[in-house]
Amino acid sequence: MTITIKSLSREEYLLPGNASCPGCPASLGLRLLGKALGKNMILVVPASCTSIIQGPYPKTSIKLPLINVIFASSAATASGIAAALEILGKKGVHVVCWSGDGGTVDIGLQALSGAAERGDNILYICYDNEAYMNTGIQRSGSTPYGAWTTTTVLGKRRHKKNLPMMMVVHDVPYVATASIGYPLDFIEKIRKAARYKGFKYIHLLAPCPVGWRFPPSKTIEIGRLAVLTGMWPLYEVERGKFRLTGVSRSLLDKSKRSPIVEYIKIQGRFSHISEEEIRILEEYVDKLWEDIRKIIS
Amino acid sequence: MERVAVLSGNHAVAHAVKLCRPHVIAAYPITPQTQIVEKLAEFVERGELKAKYIRVESEHSAMAAIIGASAAGARVFTATSSQGLLYMHEAIWSAAGARLPIVMAVVTRAIFPPWNIWTDHSDILAQRDTGWIIAMAESNQEVFDMIIQAYRIAEDERVLLPVMIGLDAFSLSHTAAPVSLLDQDKVDKFLPPRRAFSFLLDIENPITMGNVAFPDHYMEFRYLIQKAMERAKQVIREVEEEFYEISSRKYGGLVEEYRCNDADVILVLMGAWSGDAKECADKLREEGLRVGVLRIRFIRPLPIEEIKRVSLGRKAVIVVDRDISFGGTGILFTEVSSILQQNSVTVRGFIAGLGGRDVTAKDFAQMVKQVYTDLEVGERRSRVEWYGVKEVI
Repeated sequence: MTITIKSLSREEYLLPGNASCPGCPASLGLRLLGKALGKNMILVVPASCTSIIQGPYPKTSIKLPLINVIFASSAATASGIAAALEILGKKGVHVVCWSGDGGTVDIGLQALSGAAERGDNILYICYDNEAYMNTGIQRSGSTPYGAWTTTTVLGKRRHKKNLPMMMVVHDVPYVATASIGYPLDFIEKIRKAARYKGFKYIHLLAPCPVGWRFPPSKTIEIGRLAVLTGMWPLYEVERGKFRLTGVSRSLLDKSKRSPIVEYIKIQGRFSHISEEEIRILEEYVDKLWEDIRKIIS
Repeated sequence: MERVAVLSGNHAVAHAVKLCRPHVIAAYPITPQTQIVEKLAEFVERGELKAKYIRVESEHSAMAAIIGASAAGARVFTATSSQGLLYMHEAIWSAAGARLPIVMAVVTRAIFPPWNIWTDHSDILAQRDTGWIIAMAESNQEVFDMIIQAYRIAEDERVLLPVMIGLDAFSLSHTAAPVSLLDQDKVDKFLPPRRAFSFLLDIENPITMGNVAFPDHYMEFRYLIQKAMERAKQVIREVEEEFYEISSRKYGGLVEEYRCNDADVILVLMGAWSGDAKECADKLREEGLRVGVLRIRFIRPLPIEEIKRVSLGRKAVIVVDRDISFGGTGILFTEVSSILQQNSVTVRGFIAGLGGRDVTAKDFAQMVKQVYTDLEVGERRSRVEWYGVKEVI
């Protein structure tokens, strides 16, 4: 069952020469999505970096049927597509929302919650780069405490909205977190989600070199550090059953987690963070894991 | 023999939609549209209509969902009103820009604040520039007929634009009237399954829809909508002729002309109160005043030729608006004036009946007589005034 890089298809659905920035986690995520599901999917993309990555008309860099939609509407549009496919008898086609954090945790939340509550047959993937990156790094509901953005120049004063857990309480068949630092874990979760009929949600942490202020060569490293420091736990909730996945399985024990400064110090967005703010972030991480412990026990 | 049923305007919509066999319906309730979506839900749940019904959490999502469904090849429907229509506004542009043959019923209702659930045309006219074909019915029968024709117009490959059909809150939506229904086989023949697609979300032929268009390309997308709108005029007329074959009913294309041939004064308006305007014309003719009614059936595409042809050579054209563009004038008045500006026709405007205030044949007669009085004393200037508004300052 274990997926290896070698076992993946060589087929690419995001073509080279696309308009993403160097080190872009969204474009890498799209490639992995293509490798996970192949050609049998329709993509729904709200306003986000992926609007740009596709490149301008009359060309495209994505070799899948794709509809660009207005910001707040991706889940609802996907619901409509899924309904049409079902009644028109087109079987075996996955309808996948590929939305940023703004389009998911903020402006798109109502449509997302509606689709989840209805149990519409879609896979919703949020690629979370923790700010409005496409408009130039403004804070979102997903920006972590202390992070600089152009609308929180002294650092954000509130913690990140815990959207995966919000989706868990919608009682849908599959919810998972993933990090671009662990591509095989992400692919496995996509494939697992796709096996369920109904509403599936995957929240992919997508470290953005431009917005987080780190060199483009470090996207994967930072995606891994987010997990290793416990800032971003990897888990899945399958039919209500919570399970830590990958390296996160061993991180319930605080002593196994790397200090969060290792994650913070290599990101320019945290360059002015104080000792006090680091302590607040540490408390946030401790509470995150305490909550997980309660869920497991 | 076809059945005649006594139906509210809302139920006339639901019955017409059922005959059109939509695949996907997505809707959110709002007074006074609610009965449309309730009836359709009932049809679906009882198995009388084989469709997927998405009970969305908002109007914005209602339109988004049917955009998705239509893009995937389905025939779709939704209905809304007032705030719901405004909430949907962004998605309404999206539907037209994507050239999707969506049909929507709009029960026209006043806009908040203050709360008011009665008829007013400001909501539907606020969608004027979105690229939708926009029509207003006068009767429950016409609503029924328009819905069926709307799918033919929208899905015509010369058009491929969404269509919204307006019906006035309560005066049509909740008022029962006899409606001649049509047999399913006749409608099936008139409206075959959807064939034309602007594009299709299809895994065998992947395309990207709606990606960035630079200034080098964007303008042409807009120009193509304008050309489709212009072609829609002829399609609307053709579809009505074909519909006449199965129903023996027709209304006149983009406009309805009522006793206009020899008229000195023409009342121009749209919607349910046109019936009162016609009654006014009949009564005033008994008094020797030659009055006609030009009822606007389609506000988009704008019936420029018809308005010009009917208006020219008259003593005055009176435009009655159930809407107001604040700081400007009535929206119909603006449209009619823009057509007639180079001709020396007096165009008088009245803002009346906002928020469902009753306007009867007597009120129309008072407007007409006032214009006649002005004309007699040589007052021929075009202007707009508020009719029946109380002293507030």
